[in-house]
Amino acid sequence: MKDQHLVTLDVNGREYEVVLESRRTLADVLRQDLGLTGTHLGCEHGICGACTVLLDGEPVRSCLVFGVQADGRSVRTVEGLADGDELSDLQQAFSRCHGLQCGFCTPGFLMLAEAYLDTEPAGDPEEVRDVVSANLCRCTGYQGIVEAVTEVAAARRKQRDG
Amino acid sequence: MADQVGQRTPRKEDRRLLTGTATFGSDVQFPRMAHARVVRSLVAHGAITAIDASAARALPGVVDVVTAADVPTGLAIPVRLQVPDTDVSGRLQPVLAATEVRYVGEPVAVVVADDPYVAEDASGLVTVDIDDRDPLVDVDDATEADVVADFGLGYGDVDTAFGRAAHVVAMDVAVGRHTAVPMEPRALTVEYQPATDSLSVYGATKVPVFNRQVLAGLLGMDESAIRMHAVDAGGGFGVRGEFYPEDFLVPWLARRLRRAVSWVEDRAEHLVAVNHSRQQRHRVEAAFAADGTILGLRDDVRHDNGAYVRTHGVIVPELTLAMLPGPYRVPAYRGRVRVVLTNKTPCGTYRAPGRYEGTTAREQLFDLAAAELGLDRVELRRRNLLGSDELPHTRAMHTLGTDVVLDGGDYVRLLDRALARVDELGWRQLVDAGRAEGRLLGLGLAVFLEKSGLGPYDTADVEITSTGRVRVLSGGTSLGQGIETALAQIAADEFGVPYDAVDVINGDTLLQPYGTGSWASRSTVVAGSAVQRAAREVAVRVRELGARLLEAAPDDVELVDGAVRVKGVPGSARSLAEVWQAAQPRAGWLAADEPAGLAARHRFTVDHMTYPYGAHVCAVEVDPGTGNVQVLRYLVAYEIGRAVNPTLVEGQLRGGVAQGMGGALLEELVYDEQGQPQSTTFMDYLLPTAAEVPAVDLVVCEDAPAATNPLGARGAGEGGVTAAGAAVASAVSDAIGVPAIGKLPVDPRSVVRLLRSEDRTTRHSVALS
Repeated sequence: MKDQHLVTLDVNGREYEVVLESRRTLADVLRQDLGLTGTHLGCEHGICGACTVLLDGEPVRSCLVFGVQADGRSVRTVEGLADGDELSDLQQAFSRCHGLQCGFCTPGFLMLAEAYLDTEPAGDPEEVRDVVSANLCRCTGYQGIVEAVTEVAAARRKQRDG
Repeated sequence: MADQVGQRTPRKEDRRLLTGTATFGSDVQFPRMAHARVVRSLVAHGAITAIDASAARALPGVVDVVTAADVPTGLAIPVRLQVPDTDVSGRLQPVLAATEVRYVGEPVAVVVADDPYVAEDASGLVTVDIDDRDPLVDVDDATEADVVADFGLGYGDVDTAFGRAAHVVAMDVAVGRHTAVPMEPRALTVEYQPATDSLSVYGATKVPVFNRQVLAGLLGMDESAIRMHAVDAGGGFGVRGEFYPEDFLVPWLARRLRRAVSWVEDRAEHLVAVNHSRQQRHRVEAAFAADGTILGLRDDVRHDNGAYVRTHGVIVPELTLAMLPGPYRVPAYRGRVRVVLTNKTPCGTYRAPGRYEGTTAREQLFDLAAAELGLDRVELRRRNLLGSDELPHTRAMHTLGTDVVLDGGDYVRLLDRALARVDELGWRQLVDAGRAEGRLLGLGLAVFLEKSGLGPYDTADVEITSTGRVRVLSGGTSLGQGIETALAQIAADEFGVPYDAVDVINGDTLLQPYGTGSWASRSTVVAGSAVQRAAREVAVRVRELGARLLEAAPDDVELVDGAVRVKGVPGSARSLAEVWQAAQPRAGWLAADEPAGLAARHRFTVDHMTYPYGAHVCAVEVDPGTGNVQVLRYLVAYEIGRAVNPTLVEGQLRGGVAQGMGGALLEELVYDEQGQPQSTTFMDYLLPTAAEVPAVDLVVCEDAPAATNPLGARGAGEGGVTAAGAAVASAVSDAIGVPAIGKLPVDPRSVVRLLRSEDRTTRHSVALS
């Protein structure tokens, strides 16, 4: 008999109820059970960061989190970034700075960067480089990613400072 | 509408990739889809004595377990790229191992279950009994029987050149075993339609038309009953999209089980299953006149190809030899390569195949030669680069089925431009200042020749659709490189429409059955030329029908800003949508028997490749305690001919540098003496992160448009990688005061060993002037 659990989670502001085996990863819950395939699996051992989502606002590797651990918590994924057809400032900056090519690692970088930007950083390029070194990209050489996050940090700071 | 080609237009691909709405292979899901898991050999070499799948079959949720006994006998994966006068037919990889396993990771069985977790559980219950045999892990231990091909390329009287040389410089260069590591592991979803006995395959990339032909052959099906659908692909770099055992097994299982089957590999599997590349040992020698002029060059290469010959045949060793002389004036050359089969994962191409290895060997030899001859490293190269007046330059060799004809260009000018930029950036002062503080800094340089625009052909269809959009059905494939955007720009210019009025579909075999795929930096050049020609033919048709609508002579109308009008009369304009309406049979404008619609197919053919070229310069710092190498600065100068989209060119070069640096410093697929792979996670196979890859300065030149294609483009896919191993090795040798480095990756352990070695001299020149 499988070990099943009823789990409630809030994903991008919408509540879901799912019945899960205890070993089912959050990544598989999002991708297979909820159809949110924007979260990608690149290594399934917590190194590449392609599967990064925000769990109660904190970046986590969703390949290393069990779905049951998200019970009663809020999850934010790449599908929650744009406002309808309007891309977020960070999404626009990634495109403008050519911070993506194949785009497979991109959702993970976007969520990692969102969590960083939420800390209201000064956006020093060296600090940004340090932050984004948590994830792997094989296409871009990282330069466009660093530029995009740095630009958005500066723009949001300017907006905050009015 | 201004020309779209040459503009830094944002990418058409970006929106879906940024919003999580892109469709990668594993995102395609069907109701009641089954999940496959491959059981792989845990032994490097041995005879299969028994396979027991009873426990796996008994597990609830398991649908099927298959072994070689279930598939037709003798099925092996054919070679895609043949090298003349070589016969590798007895060494091809079977779709499932039957009697013998030859590497850790070789498929021996497949489990199919209703759920991927159960499939993985069941795969662990399949027991495979193997009588171990001795594995061959090192090419030094190979016997004649292990050599699958032994051939040479060259021209001129090499022995005489070496006989009369004032200096002969020789060294051994070993390049490590690398693989491309696209961030998306391989994935295939196959849907079976019982009513028509046909298959829909999602996840085949790179060369779908060829792969469909192979699949149809292995399954005994008509090609028209198999459709390869275009999906997004998370990076290719040579490894993704070749025909692997799974490319047979998953469709075959879907047909056997009469239901959709999905297979997604995990990263540990990927690192032992997908093509490896690069591992070669070179004994390279050059003969010089007293003034440093090259008289002759020879190279003896041993290529570790792993357990089988896969789809690339022995093309990587051939390319290694054919490209080894690079951009230099080499009057006599002889290369020999022995392709050795070992008990490791089989090899194929990885971005800049043969050139990364050969450029490393040649450029390190030239650094050593400069030290031994007492010449500056730049001066030695400058003296020996082919001059612009010597191009085109034919070498009496062939590769990829074409003659080696280096087309026009100015190699010396490019080198000068690179060094002028290094001066502007103040890198010499940076290195000098660091050294004055007692730190180990060094500058490195490598010059290289690339190849691009491989024919013999590619095909494109262009059509106008009902709302007046332009639709391109291309033979290229989208692996993340931005080909949709580039082809849209090319097509847009023929109609004067914005590039976002163009829709590009790549790699769907139903819509474009004659495509050649995306590889070898060829698709913007060759597929792009096909798109331009097809679009031009449609534009002619648009003017023809437009003239009819306007009741004017075809010569009196023009196609401007996406509309046909009487020349100089904007008010007369008829939109593409209106002309499309007129091209419909019901509209009454067509003559009897005249074809309906506005569409054209063009097959662009080209005999010769184009040869882009460039230089890499970098500054590194070595930690004398740990041997760690930090790349501080990096520059690539590259002749692109004509950039369709400069931003995309820059992205290709920057990404290439990161991969090349990885191979130079971090990445190596290590095996122990039993043939057990030691690098099966990202903790062991180290990819560069943002902390290791510096910002890359670029000098992208459009000084020498290619004459081999109407765009003048030279291809951008590989020039960022090609010389990165050579340039980093050059900089490290400069930093630690050895003339050259004979092994990649330059890992901390080898740096520490070199720092302690007797040969360490005072640093040679960093003048680079």
